[in-house]
Amino acid sequence: MRFTINDKPVEAEFDPRTSLLDLLRDHLGLTGSKKGCNQGACGACTVLVDGERINSCLALAVQYQGRAITTVEGLGQTGSLHPLQQAFVEHDGFQCGYCTPGQLCSAIGMAGEAARGVPSVVTADLGDETVTLSHDELRERMSGNLCRCGAYNGIIDAITETFAADGSQKGDAGARKAA
Amino acid sequence: MTPFQYERAATAPDAVRMASNSASAKYLGGGTNLVDLMRETIETPERLVDVSGLSRTIETRPDGSLLIGAAATNTALASDLTVRRDFPLLARAILAGASGQIRNMATVGGNILQRTRCAYFYDDAARCNKREPGAGCDALDGFNRIHAILGASPACVATHPSDMCVALVALDAVVHLEGANGTRRIPLADLHRLPEGRPDIETVLQPHELITAVEIPALSFARRSTYRKVRDRASYAFALVSVGAALDLSEDGSVRDIRLALGGVAHKPWRALKAEDALRGQPATEANFRAAAEAELTDAAPLRDNAFKVELARRTITAVLSELKGDAA
Repeated sequence: MRFTINDKPVEAEFDPRTSLLDLLRDHLGLTGSKKGCNQGACGACTVLVDGERINSCLALAVQYQGRAITTVEGLGQTGSLHPLQQAFVEHDGFQCGYCTPGQLCSAIGMAGEAARGVPSVVTADLGDETVTLSHDELRERMSGNLCRCGAYNGIIDAITETFAADGSQKGDAGARKAA
Repeated sequence: MTPFQYERAATAPDAVRMASNSASAKYLGGGTNLVDLMRETIETPERLVDVSGLSRTIETRPDGSLLIGAAATNTALASDLTVRRDFPLLARAILAGASGQIRNMATVGGNILQRTRCAYFYDDAARCNKREPGAGCDALDGFNRIHAILGASPACVATHPSDMCVALVALDAVVHLEGANGTRRIPLADLHRLPEGRPDIETVLQPHELITAVEIPALSFARRSTYRKVRDRASYAFALVSVGAALDLSEDGSVRDIRLALGGVAHKPWRALKAEDALRGQPATEANFRAAAEAELTDAAPLRDNAFKVELARRTITAVLSELKGDAA
């Protein structure tokens, strides 16, 4: 079965029971995406599929044939971090780091949703097609990613700086790069 | 997870044909519930028919009704501008559920057919009539804070977990089905069953019958509608009680028409017809809202740990209707 993973074509054979997370980690050696709860509750496994964030632990890999998947390994490299990765460093957006790959992918997917005008449950006016990524909006939109170290304030600060603070230009660039 | 064959359907009749070859076949939408249940071996299909590639169109029809392909994602439906403008309770209900990641995966059809999050259903060391008919129910005398207060039976006190379905049942949604004997349509209100003696039979669907679309009839006053969810944490938690409502007021301040439904309280999305009947034609006052809520909750039969839901439902109904009327609540 064929996939595009981090911009590279990949071919793999596997049992249909294999989750996308296990395909990435155990078959392809991409161990950046993490297995926390393995039941969709923690978000550590979050990856981007065609730019949209999903829980790869709940995804059967076979269902995602032919799709473009981005993991944390595809975001940036040593010496050329994604702007969001750099912001996580600067704002102490992690302690142990286990949830970080999922937080990064989730935040990039979230920024793409906001750029497309996807509302959230705390959006006051559903008719408003422009999303302002306020503190409350970010906390709601990132609620699918748990951090047991409690680095939430740093995470929100890093996301705010990258995607919300100085207009959305920087954020759009980041979202495009991942997509 | 037990082994299964995977097939991807190109059309709804194809899907039904593929599933019909195996008694235990299941349709796969986004997988957010089914994959988890398979991992726990609560679901053990020998064949998975992937229907996520079928219609995901959200069509606004000239009469103001909506036709939603069952493979539309939860995110797509909640983002649709017509839904947001004309049926805000539906957008708000969907956005109140799950997480951003799960809403991107989950389909409308799968959301409707998701199974309860009763902990005893998931725990294979517990007795559960839903998982194993005739085994008994450990929730009945167990920790049943999150369980049903309406329509339950001695066999099962589980709740239906969907937020979206609460909005759909309030909106008189109709489910389009494709089966071995052709197509049919049934009101969503009639799709899910109350548990009675057979909580393992959750819907009136025939074997391998597939949800292909959901139709929402036009409802002009649904623009004045909302959804409120009360839960143990502010986000990403199932409802203790939720209320979806649409309110149509006459110029004299009385209730011309109303749609009201509850979540988190029963084995199915609960249309509050008694409360609706109590309010139609009556002045839209807080006292009448409360009386209507009490009319609906007369039949409530709380368990050891969930009597608080009766009061919570009463207050939430009253607050939501007051909010729709324009009073702060």
